[in-house]
Amino acid sequence: MADQSLHGARVAPEHGGLRGWVDKRFPFSSLWSAHLTEYYAPKNLNFWYYFGSLSIVVLAIQIISGIFLTMNYKPDAALAFGSVEYIMRDVNWGWLIRYIHSTGASAFFIVVYLHMFRGLIYGSYRTPRELIWIFGCLIFLCLMAEAFFGYLLPWGQMSFWGAQVIVNLFSAIPYIGPDLAVWIRGDYVVSDVTLNRFFAFHVIAIPLLLIGLVGSHIIALHQVGSNNPDGVEIKDNKDGRGIPRDGVAFHPYYTVHDLFGLSVFLMIFCAVVFFAPQFGGYFLEHNNFIPANPLKTPPHIAPVWYFTPFYSILRATTSNTVHIWMGVVVVATLFALWRNRGKPGRALLFAVGGGLLFWALGSVDAKFWGVVSMGGAVIIFLFLPWLDRSPVKSIRYRPTWHRAIYALFAVNFIVLGYFGIQPPSPVAYSVALTCTLLYFGFFFLMPWWSRLGKFKPVPQRLTYKAH
Amino acid sequence: MPAPLSSLMRRLGLGLLLGLTLQGIASAASEQQEIPLDHAPYRVNNVLALQKGARLFVNYCIGCHSAKYMRYDSLRGIDLTKDQIEHNLMFGDAKIGDTLRVSMTPAQAEKWFGTEPPDLSIITKALASHRGSGADYLYTYLRTFYRDDTRPTGWNNLVFPGVGMPNPLWRLQGERAANFRIAPDPADPAVKLKTFVGYTQLTKGAESTTEYDSSVADLVAYMQWMAEPDQLLRKRLGVIVLIFLGLFSFITWKLKSEYWKDVT
Repeated sequence: MADQSLHGARVAPEHGGLRGWVDKRFPFSSLWSAHLTEYYAPKNLNFWYYFGSLSIVVLAIQIISGIFLTMNYKPDAALAFGSVEYIMRDVNWGWLIRYIHSTGASAFFIVVYLHMFRGLIYGSYRTPRELIWIFGCLIFLCLMAEAFFGYLLPWGQMSFWGAQVIVNLFSAIPYIGPDLAVWIRGDYVVSDVTLNRFFAFHVIAIPLLLIGLVGSHIIALHQVGSNNPDGVEIKDNKDGRGIPRDGVAFHPYYTVHDLFGLSVFLMIFCAVVFFAPQFGGYFLEHNNFIPANPLKTPPHIAPVWYFTPFYSILRATTSNTVHIWMGVVVVATLFALWRNRGKPGRALLFAVGGGLLFWALGSVDAKFWGVVSMGGAVIIFLFLPWLDRSPVKSIRYRPTWHRAIYALFAVNFIVLGYFGIQPPSPVAYSVALTCTLLYFGFFFLMPWWSRLGKFKPVPQRLTYKAH
Repeated sequence: MPAPLSSLMRRLGLGLLLGLTLQGIASAASEQQEIPLDHAPYRVNNVLALQKGARLFVNYCIGCHSAKYMRYDSLRGIDLTKDQIEHNLMFGDAKIGDTLRVSMTPAQAEKWFGTEPPDLSIITKALASHRGSGADYLYTYLRTFYRDDTRPTGWNNLVFPGVGMPNPLWRLQGERAANFRIAPDPADPAVKLKTFVGYTQLTKGAESTTEYDSSVADLVAYMQWMAEPDQLLRKRLGVIVLIFLGLFSFITWKLKSEYWKDVT
């Protein structure tokens, strides 16, 4: 093992009785100490570090409430809508289980977005935590899939038409698109067949993947240890027993810490569940209380709030937008050529690549590029560890104006989300387009801007004020 | 990158201009002005109002509209006994465990009204929008019917122009005609705006305007309750849950502080 303090270099004391009996057959005590009592986490973890443990709690809430929903839900186009109302009225505590699950879906995205933002500002994806970040991005992808499949199940108007719109996006892919869309739906329109397979994806396929990925995420985390708001490696400074001087044992220090975070989270969560479960139409959309009607398209189809930033990027990609992207490709290619002016081989590659992309942008339908932009907006997070070239990890020691960039990115994301909910209009298009360009600019230009400015000296040890 | 940036700036400016003009056209093109919704009085916590609403609902609504997710039995939730439900609120051969079905078939509905009347179980949730809550919509809708000879049913509605349903409560409200002022749009004189200015009472109803408004409020409160019969229980429980979690948070906060005071 790479890290001696983590994995049983110090032999756990022998236990007698039942624990000793178990330990001879299953590494209970060594797992317990390796991952809890002798797993050392930086002692300066702040507010932003609550959202990792909260994500796990919400995952558990969703799985448990989901199991009980499955006992009464009917994945059948003729019965699904009614079975949800049956759960709400006739199943004992069914309304509570259903509201916990529907609120949990939104809560999941809130905690995960905050968790990701934490990673962003403290550089938690930087060496040696690239794999934690990649597993995390894959979790986010699975979460989106899980939410999308689950949203069809109540079989309301928004369920139906939302699924119709999103699956239709796949038909924009050249050549294979239309067949691919039919293959996903299992039918020419969203139908009972689609509902059945989405149910299968939602209750077993994606949750299995999610649990596997969450496991990998945590195993990778425990291999390298948590980053912290200072971006200083606590393992670089250990005492004589090999324990990081700035670390505290996860259990009991962070278990009680996270227990407090959990109780505050539960207060907010329960306030929504008990007093505003529909959350003004944002958590449960008004239109979704009308049974799905394949013959009646709602005047305005909008996904649930957590998808709207990406939906906005999709909608902002029109043929005009593609022309802008063609301009970007030309400029980027010229820049690459100029940079590689001494290396004709690489320059040729860039010229050919840029030319092909330019040609593809010009010849393939804008709808396809909308799908590419929307997918790319999610996938691009995977590349952060290699896009960020800043000499320091944490925002604390970056130039002050970097904070403005991260704040702008966060506001930009929220504005995208807002306009994704609104019905389309020329003003909304212009704003969404600007925000889309800023969104991608943040990532594409990161290798340059992340190196600019005057960086502050990073301390040797953590900065910590005792409570 | 100057090329995309400048084009972006131009586009932004153009978009802004275009947006403003289009908005103008959109509102001018609508011939009848959308009326604001009245705020429905909140009576879901008033058992007498709910009981009166339930009576109005079974008398005037379920001839055509079902509430197929709502069981008669659930009416015990508004303090009605099994006897009261069976003798006063149920018709035909319905059983107490049945849901509120309608005998009209979809085909008949299509033939008689041109459309199938929507199920009313959760209608107050479905009708909520940026204009107001579903209750506000229904409360306004049920009070803005007027006689209109151009419609096949002889009825029209201010909230839902061209509505298929004739006024089901006309015996209570009486018949009214609506007066409109038709004037050119000040922004675009070529477009005529049709603005509602008031009613003329044609025949007297069984109830005065105040009584009628109150009856509709009761009926709407009933539908609001029916959309989620456990909603009051939910809120009562919520108070207890939050008090518990408040205490629990205090304990976990103290617990955390106790452990962390040793960390220096």
